[in-house]
Amino acid sequence: MSGDSFSIYGEQINSRLLIGSALYPSPKIMNDAIVASGADIVTVSLRRQQSAAAGDDFWQLIKNTGLKILPNTAGCHSVKEAVTLAKMCREVFATDWIKLELIGDDYNLQPDPFALLQASKQLIADGFKVLPYCTDDLVLCQRLYDAGCEVLMPWGAPIGTGKGLLNSYNLKTIRQRLTQATLIVDAGLGLPSHACQALELGYDAVLLNSAIAGAGCPVTMSRGFKAAVDAGRFAYKAKAMPEKDLAAPSTPTMGMPFWHQ
Amino acid sequence: MKITVNGHPLHIDDDSLMATLKQVGAQAPYALAINGEFVPQSMHDDYHLQAGDSLELLSPIQGG
Repeated sequence: MSGDSFSIYGEQINSRLLIGSALYPSPKIMNDAIVASGADIVTVSLRRQQSAAAGDDFWQLIKNTGLKILPNTAGCHSVKEAVTLAKMCREVFATDWIKLELIGDDYNLQPDPFALLQASKQLIADGFKVLPYCTDDLVLCQRLYDAGCEVLMPWGAPIGTGKGLLNSYNLKTIRQRLTQATLIVDAGLGLPSHACQALELGYDAVLLNSAIAGAGCPVTMSRGFKAAVDAGRFAYKAKAMPEKDLAAPSTPTMGMPFWHQ
Repeated sequence: MKITVNGHPLHIDDDSLMATLKQVGAQAPYALAINGEFVPQSMHDDYHLQAGDSLELLSPIQGG
């Protein structure tokens, strides 16, 4: 949707779909899906250097997209790990943006809210612009925002589950209470309708990976998500009709023939 | 002396970090942590390793 950007730490972003770079069947499909998404931002990570050639091929592909890079701290379980990895990301990717992931439970990959807040404070003090991946807990989001996180990324559902927005009430409440924050639903989406719903709630964007990479045809699914965020954004701006419990006819009743004969 | 690089044991004769990075074939782009602490590139030239040091040599990879 042209002329309807949102802001991430003062930078104007046009696409409301942020896309991950993992799990695609091939590098070509990854590239094609990223292009088809229309995304402005792609997420990446750091891992132990294995095959230098393979890693360099991936990095070249990502650089060639020309997209803004959002590195993550995926897999970190402690404040120290996450802060160290964030610093390493900043050097390699030459950005002070960090998608802060700090896992508290290995079963559902739920973020550790206490460590997340602590790490966010440390990183912000060190000049980072932190985008925390968090649960849909209002008070946690408030604390993160108060600590200086201008962008918050509550989950829709646990990473990779594709379940959609499990608690739209919580997500809606966060949107209503933190009106100045940039809000991005991150993780758990499976269908374009889930992304559309997030945008309908007034979220600024969605970040997803598995829903596209794990689809039968990632490139086509990428187009679906692109259309969905536009649809959701249009709906939010249009302001939906109030929901009612009673039916109300849309076709005029005046002039109805055979009326209650 | 013995150190570890990305979890693998390594014997080095020269304690300079740059010599070790050359020995393991490190290819840019990468970032380095030693014993869990980030060591920025600006410090690499003058950094000397100690026995038992644990190096983490990280490069870009796919991420969600």
